[in-house]
Amino acid sequence: MTKYIAPNLPGSKATFKSRYGNYIGGEWVAPKKEQYFENISPVNGKPFCEVPRSTAEDIELALDAAHKAKIGWGKTSVTDRASVLNKIADRMEQNLERLAVAETWDNGKPVRETLAADIPLAIDHFRYFAGVIRAQEGSCAELDDGTVAYHIHEPLGVVGQIIPWNFPLLMAAWKLAPALAAGNAIVLKPAEQTPASILEWLSIVGDLLPPGVLNVVNGFGLEAGKPLASSNRISKIAFTGETTTGRLIMQYASENLIPVTLELGGKSPNVFFADVGRENDAFYEKALEGFNMFALNQGEVCTCPSRAIVEESFASEFLEKAVARTKRFVPGDPLDTATTVGAQASRDQLEKILAYIDIGKQEGAEVLTGGHRAELSGDFAGGYYVMPTVFRGHNKMRVFQEEIFGPVVSTTTFNGFDEAMAIANDTLYGLGAGVWTRDVHQAYRAGRAIQAGRVWTNCYHLYPAHAAFGGYKQSGIGRENHKMMLGHYQQTKNLLVSYDKNPMGFF
Amino acid sequence: MTNANANANASASATVARVRVTPEAEALLAKLRLEHGPLLFHQSGGCCDGSAPMCYPAGDFKIGQRDVFLGEIAGAPFYIGGAQFELWKHTELTIDVVPGRGAGFSVESPHGVRFLTRSRVFTIEELDVLEANGPPWTGPREL
Repeated sequence: MTKYIAPNLPGSKATFKSRYGNYIGGEWVAPKKEQYFENISPVNGKPFCEVPRSTAEDIELALDAAHKAKIGWGKTSVTDRASVLNKIADRMEQNLERLAVAETWDNGKPVRETLAADIPLAIDHFRYFAGVIRAQEGSCAELDDGTVAYHIHEPLGVVGQIIPWNFPLLMAAWKLAPALAAGNAIVLKPAEQTPASILEWLSIVGDLLPPGVLNVVNGFGLEAGKPLASSNRISKIAFTGETTTGRLIMQYASENLIPVTLELGGKSPNVFFADVGRENDAFYEKALEGFNMFALNQGEVCTCPSRAIVEESFASEFLEKAVARTKRFVPGDPLDTATTVGAQASRDQLEKILAYIDIGKQEGAEVLTGGHRAELSGDFAGGYYVMPTVFRGHNKMRVFQEEIFGPVVSTTTFNGFDEAMAIANDTLYGLGAGVWTRDVHQAYRAGRAIQAGRVWTNCYHLYPAHAAFGGYKQSGIGRENHKMMLGHYQQTKNLLVSYDKNPMGFF
Repeated sequence: MTNANANANASASATVARVRVTPEAEALLAKLRLEHGPLLFHQSGGCCDGSAPMCYPAGDFKIGQRDVFLGEIAGAPFYIGGAQFELWKHTELTIDVVPGRGAGFSVESPHGVRFLTRSRVFTIEELDVLEANGPPWTGPREL
């Protein structure tokens, strides 16, 4: 096991500057109003760098740079665009530990996860889109003997992207890789809780892209996000976050008649059928691990399996074993590779989780373990830590209906397939879901019956490129992680060509 | 019940409010109103900053026909999506403020604080009063 040294201390893998600019036109540019905000690490609750508090003027500057770059990048061959994406991936791989430590410090998540998941998945994402853009083809249809319809993909031009704080670099990669592959120039606004790791990422890979192709402007939603999302100089806006802001983004987009893609979270059911417990084998172990995936990334995952729905006949046995495992999670130093649960990303996030634990108790949900803040000592005393918590109750309770975005799972039981599906679908959202069973027929039927964009079947929390990810119901619009995502960043040009020299004879 | 009837019952429901505000949040709202003019709230759901109340300049967010008006806090109307209301209606919401930096477009973020929704389960008596008052107003409402 390794303990990484905190950034900016001698011997650390990562160093943050004391103050950053915006990344516009391939250069670091101070915000026009010269205002900055302090960026706090959730690991210890202390500020570690200053980040631009940008305004509309900075967004305009970034849009100027993007518009200047869009034609050149859009006309760059897919061979060369793919090559740039592959070089970004290579550079990230060479700097994996540096990026992982920076990400952990900015977000609070355990370095075990950034080393093994966040950064490797982000790297692979660039490689995946480097691959699929080379393989993408338009089409050509012979409509009759002399008429042919050609369909050719064209980039949209300049796109806006607003990303969340739960996987700052991975969410950036999810949005940047397809947009860049498709030939667009980008203005991206990171989340204000985690503005810094992407700036370190840019200092590693920024020179690989032509100036202006990717511009990153930090700031608050109202001051920097709104001028971006409501701009008439973007051809598309992509957002990951929550429902009210999702609606606001759509309202802005409607003013300019531009497309939106939205990923707005969920309240994912994780369904365990009784046959899981038929044998005490590796698969049973895997299912117990699958239950405990709710604590991955401190529960700050849009697809957190935050509702465990367990068949009544084996629920007491299963929950006893599952909760015993939950008790092994102990929040600790996120830079220690032995730590499995790190810090919540911000103070208000911590408060929100505690408020939810409170309402869960008021509503009569039974606390099987956890249910309180984790008080760490020493360097971590000011950090934002929560004990992984298991509730038992029923699906109408608010802890079953709203995404808490913390290490909290609410468990309930069912009798029979139909009740399992009814509970699983009794939610406003439909992003992720899990199904655990040894019966392939049941697995297929459950997967098809659950109204969610991704149903993990006998697994959970895998995020490979090449598997489409996106929501049903109020969880959003559009899909990510798959070559079909290219379509969200491209226009379709149809050339309808006549090869018949003769007039039609109409006029 | 029509919106007009719901309006007539507004005084009866005053004793049982669906949404309240802490003095700290009220003081912050007074400050924010000087910066941004009239404000409104919309309760969010979903991931990241979901379940956080979003506070916007009143003209910035279009209230939908299915949004439910829960009441008014310090002069700002407070709404929640209709489907979400059905799941939250047995709880009283209290809007508080805590240190932190929420994402989203809510007006208080630049101040290093975040509005937070605290909740309390209504008593049976309170639910009876709410029931007697009839369904709440839906859609945008002039205060």
